[in-house]
Amino acid sequence: MKYVDEYREAGGARRLAAAIERACTRPWTIMEVCGGQTHTIVRQGIDQLLPESLELVHGPGCPVCVTPLETIDRAIALASRPDVILASFGDMLRVPGSRGDLLAARSRGGDVRVVYSPLDAVQLAAANPDRQIVFLAVGFETTAPANAMAVRMAHRRGLCNFSVLVSHVLVPPAMRAILDSPANRVQAFLGPGHVCTVMGIEEYEPIAARYRVPIVVTGFEPLDLLEGILRTVMQLETGTAAVEIQYTRAVKRQGNAAARRLIEEVFENCDRDWRGIGVIPASGYRLREPLRAFDAAARFHVEGLCVQESSLCESGAILQGRLKPHQCPAFGKECTPQTPLGATMVSSEGACAAYYAHRRHAPEPLTIAGANVP
Amino acid sequence: MCLGVPGKVEETYREHDVLMGKVDFGGVCRRVCLEHVPEVRIGEYVLVHVGYALDRLDEAEALRVFELLASLDELGDLAGPEVPEDQAP
Amino acid sequence: MNDSTARLTPEVFPGCPRPVAGYDRVVLGHGSGGRLTAELIERLFLPAFSNDMLAALEDQAIVPLARDPTDGIAPRLAFTTDSFVVRPLFFPGGDIGRLAVHGTVNDLAVGGATPLYLSAAFIIEEGLALDELARVADSMREACRSAGVMLVTGDTKVVDRGKGDKLFITTSGIGLARAGPALSIRNARPGDRVLISGTIGDHGVAILSVREGIEFETVLESDCAPLHTLTRAMLDACPGIRLMRDPTRGGVASVLNELASGSNVGVRIHQTAIPVRPEVHAACELLGLDPLYVANEGKLVAVAPAADADRLLRTMKAHPLGTHAAIIGEVLADHPGLVTMISSIGGERVVPLLTGEQLPRIC
Repeated sequence: MKYVDEYREAGGARRLAAAIERACTRPWTIMEVCGGQTHTIVRQGIDQLLPESLELVHGPGCPVCVTPLETIDRAIALASRPDVILASFGDMLRVPGSRGDLLAARSRGGDVRVVYSPLDAVQLAAANPDRQIVFLAVGFETTAPANAMAVRMAHRRGLCNFSVLVSHVLVPPAMRAILDSPANRVQAFLGPGHVCTVMGIEEYEPIAARYRVPIVVTGFEPLDLLEGILRTVMQLETGTAAVEIQYTRAVKRQGNAAARRLIEEVFENCDRDWRGIGVIPASGYRLREPLRAFDAAARFHVEGLCVQESSLCESGAILQGRLKPHQCPAFGKECTPQTPLGATMVSSEGACAAYYAHRRHAPEPLTIAGANVP
Repeated sequence: MCLGVPGKVEETYREHDVLMGKVDFGGVCRRVCLEHVPEVRIGEYVLVHVGYALDRLDEAEALRVFELLASLDELGDLAGPEVPEDQAP
Repeated sequence: MNDSTARLTPEVFPGCPRPVAGYDRVVLGHGSGGRLTAELIERLFLPAFSNDMLAALEDQAIVPLARDPTDGIAPRLAFTTDSFVVRPLFFPGGDIGRLAVHGTVNDLAVGGATPLYLSAAFIIEEGLALDELARVADSMREACRSAGVMLVTGDTKVVDRGKGDKLFITTSGIGLARAGPALSIRNARPGDRVLISGTIGDHGVAILSVREGIEFETVLESDCAPLHTLTRAMLDACPGIRLMRDPTRGGVASVLNELASGSNVGVRIHQTAIPVRPEVHAACELLGLDPLYVANEGKLVAVAPAADADRLLRTMKAHPLGTHAAIIGEVLADHPGLVTMISSIGGERVVPLLTGEQLPRIC
């Protein structure tokens, strides 16, 4: 068992798809919360195996896409300082800020480095004591323990030249915001597998109960997604609204208690601005007071940030499942992966980029079964 | 979201009082923080995200989807090729 | 079931020209071999030097010489140039010197030419250890020997410390073009088969494994090798080969996109047919990369008529540099300009030309 290729097998996928077809008697709209799930669905062509009546809409679970413009602009401003090395996950480098991206900042002389892990950024701080290392700490709950660990390690090792620019977001408040929207048309969720590996599923039970929506916590391989969809359809067809775990090899009911304790120790909840969506109350993390010294936003004063979002970009509606990427008027015209207006066109997890790369649709009218698109 | 990649723990050690390890991802090994999977044994699989082990993988549970597939096959066999009623015994 | 192919419609390019991808300065992506590179060439360099030989956008130019009055033969030279920048200079399975020789040899070989002579220009950053430079020169000598070429002219420049990345090498090469029709990116015809000479992504992953901030342990080595004996064997066995390309930066996906637009055909490949080493597969999973876009330095993509494909494959497999060769797809009349891939579970998706460099991702 290697836990990867076993779940990418054509025969199994076909059998699960046939079971979904048999189970599905009505049109249903299911949101996959995670960008990673969107990525697999589009790259493997899973949606092509599903019955027409089943619609998958792509959720807000792409940390790169929802990182607010202000954070990107601030990162670009910090990267331009001669004393700073800005370390980041690779996928943040092409996210458009108000004026340019981190790659452009690098072309103007900024020291921007790609790291695989926040812990590598801590190493960078140890190796460059005369420079300030700022790590762009984005992510959902999955990435929170690694980012928290980086801060704790820097704290313990007394690495005063390390800091983090935090833009952490949380899944349950975003799901509530989607369900509270009058334009919502999502009837069930494929829940976020790796987020729940850390956090467990307890936070999702009140959502399933209050909004009467099935939530099936699902993995990221083709067979995982197809099984998750099958279980979701079975709940929808029988009028059930429960939290189920499809991804049982990695998700336990209570999550990883030790990792959750570390998150508690380092972070506290705060309101957070989601790019394209707006501020969602208590939907993010920030550093707790004793560790605030490691907050790059506090350590470095940045003047004259003028945050300006494109007026053409519909990424907010797309992230909430109200629009499909190709229904945005700018899609493929003003907005392409070369000239992205919104982050959803940048990240390979972003729904717009995934559509542009792998699914160039012919124009379709803006009517969808069961939809009330505003 | 969040790439999570299964890998096999090859060795464990402590670094600045944090449990770390070498994890093999199928011919590619990397340093991974194992602090929050303290009970992990050499040879076990963990799920790794940005150099940090989120949790151990449960082998028994990992086989469950294949059991489901087998049961789908049985269902398919039970349904069998459709026999017109007038030819049924 | 949904009709999968109805969704795959060719991209409609916006009509008006605009700044190169919205950047007013060169960014690293302009050197990635992806769409930004293509735009830079098409919008800036082609108009500046417009001529038919350059506009063919082959890996090498075929230059006709004057007819020899004594025997009436007009020889044709194959001519190419390539610059090499790689960090670190020495990596598992190779170094910048070996790359610089084999890269230029391969650009000649995939055009069907016999590589003969090279030039090399060295741009050296002040402070480079002479010992390192000597190791590079030794490696180039050995690479020339194995490729059967002579390095016959060169140049050396030194730049201030901090103004270069230790060492840049530019090599140019000339070779004797083969008689008969030129191999060209415009030659693919519907019904043809697409072949690859071996496992993909070895070089790029070997380089990544020693990159600061990303490094990982692996036994994997760069596939850096001269392809001239393989291409000769292939052309001897199958003179009807339409085209060959070595998929360096930008990987196999970029070559397939170039041939789809160059020949105005569709290309469909099959994920399960593409040879990928387990270590490359693993590293790509770990970093969130697609091996189709990862660089190779000792592989080639060939397109041949369907009737010749099996014979060509046997010839490639019999060569030491082609033991893992495979037929990975076919050329179609459908969706001209577009490359698609049938996934391991049977879905179909577009394989686009990437905008810039492929970056490791968290998600």
